Amino acid sequence: MAEKKSVTGTTWNCYDANTMSAKEIYGRVLRQLAEDNPKIVGVTADLEKSTNIGIFGKAFPDRMFNVGIAEQNLFGVAAGLAKSGLIPFASTFAVFASMRAAEQVRSDICYQKLPVKIIATHAGISFGQAGTTHHCTEDLAIMRSFANMTVIVPADGAETGRAVEACLDIDGPVYIRVGRGFEPPYHKDQDFEFTIGKGELVREGSDATIITCGIGVLQSAVASDELKRMDGLSVRVINMHTIKPIDKEIILDAVKSTRRIITLEEHNVIGGLGDAVASVIAESGKGCAFTKLGLQDEYSLVGYPEDLYSHYKMDTSGIVDSVREIMGREFEADEDWADEV
Amino acid sequence: MTNISVAELKEKAKQLRNLIIDTTVWAGSGHAGGALSSADILIALYFKYLNVDPKKPCWEDRDRFVLSKGHAAVGYIPCLALKGFIDKEGLKRFNHFKSPYGMHPDSLKVTGCDASTGSLGHGLPMGVGMALGAKVQKKAYKTVVLLGDGECNEGSNYEAMMSANHYKLDNLIAIVDRNKFMIDGPTEEVMSLEPFAAKWTAFGWNVIEVDDGNNMEKVCAALDTAWEHKGSPTVIIASTVKGKGVSFMENQVVWHYGALDSSQVEQAKADIANS
Repeated sequence: MAEKKSVTGTTWNCYDANTMSAKEIYGRVLRQLAEDNPKIVGVTADLEKSTNIGIFGKAFPDRMFNVGIAEQNLFGVAAGLAKSGLIPFASTFAVFASMRAAEQVRSDICYQKLPVKIIATHAGISFGQAGTTHHCTEDLAIMRSFANMTVIVPADGAETGRAVEACLDIDGPVYIRVGRGFEPPYHKDQDFEFTIGKGELVREGSDATIITCGIGVLQSAVASDELKRMDGLSVRVINMHTIKPIDKEIILDAVKSTRRIITLEEHNVIGGLGDAVASVIAESGKGCAFTKLGLQDEYSLVGYPEDLYSHYKMDTSGIVDSVREIMGREFEADEDWADEV
Repeated sequence: MTNISVAELKEKAKQLRNLIIDTTVWAGSGHAGGALSSADILIALYFKYLNVDPKKPCWEDRDRFVLSKGHAAVGYIPCLALKGFIDKEGLKRFNHFKSPYGMHPDSLKVTGCDASTGSLGHGLPMGVGMALGAKVQKKAYKTVVLLGDGECNEGSNYEAMMSANHYKLDNLIAIVDRNKFMIDGPTEEVMSLEPFAAKWTAFGWNVIEVDDGNNMEKVCAALDTAWEHKGSPTVIIASTVKGKGVSFMENQVVWHYGALDSSQVEQAKADIANS
């Protein structure tokens, strides 16, 4: 791995990941990348501070454009900037990027395969108190249905930094989804493999598998540890940071080895990670017990995020309950894996 | 800017009108009305004003053109053929299976096309981005966006108008093909745009009104002024005739979109020859 420069003035390692939000790290990494790449420009819609793209903007005021509260224009302008040869990073809240300006993202950016990098913050229910108008539990479904789009949900700040860096190598649009504030990190330092399109094995396991992304990664890792300690269960955890293109190999290996799969996402269970995983399993012809955790096709409640995560069974105890439930489910395991379609 | 006479431009516009009729036939049907109203503006741009080179379609310093009224592709793509970006023969497969040319232009398939358009209200924001990109990179190219008037119902245009003035994009020229008709009828009956020029003025744009946007001298005079203007973006509101040049199409809302039979083709060609 290439040596990382400091993004904080101190170090970019354990200390940063434990004290900075994903969007703070995003702003710093973008600022750093922009030093070496004059093609990087920033665009936002009155959310320079809230999305932290302003960290880049302060350092490069001539390359930062705040179009005001006008998201359709934001993504149209981003497309035009890309057409002029630049690499725009466009940041707003996920709900506005994916719905207010969905057609601009689809027709102006994805259809023309432009290198616009959308860093959408306040995704999922991370802006808990703000309520449904500011929550976003549909963006993964929308974004993964746009051809040419790469969709990434980093587990934490450290992984956000890696994703922001790696997205420059993608010849086309990328959607990176992060939360609002300080979500406790899974990665304790920068020393981990990150490849777009390759899931990360977080915990080995043979009884069941949790496939998750974003805030679910840390919670699932802790749940796996708890289940081992309390129930003697061996629960595999996969950090599926790239929702599209999805890592089929790691999913099918989990199906083969554990035959019980739980997906967990901070999103409606329709159209997001769970359905992406379900498609891979269905197309493979393999059978398994399967549960999708997330919002069960409903609008989210108001509350502090941690209360909401608990309510929607996205926290450790909810995950533990779900694993116990799926372990108790009758499932006829077919040992003759090789004979299947 | 190319040194070409108004008479030559008028002759080119006739060629384009003929090609619009032919292409509409090859395509099976098309938005002939709005393509014919734009024909003189397209010819003036591509044969006099735009600094583009068919031999270098991706040249990074070229002037940019966005057909925001993407449904006029049946006029725009033939114009690119006349200019030499694409082979005229290819137009015979317009709208056909796997053709690069369809009802709305695709920038990844149409050589010389700078933006995929079709959904209205998308061209001006993209044009703002292109013009801003020129400023950031200290490039001298201009960006021209051709809008329909009905299209100006779309709110995204006003977001873009606001930002173009905010960034003082004097390298951006919008042209509104004010043919006064949209699908469901006259613009002023469906959703009134007037006072239209005042809207652009209020948004800080330099407004040039052309009382006959199908008159080549007047179109060129407006573009001359727009090309030189400094300090703010310019809009040319060109009053045109929908279906211009074809007697039975002029100002007829039904010719927003349609197909031509052989006698209509004959009449159209005769009208164009006599215009």
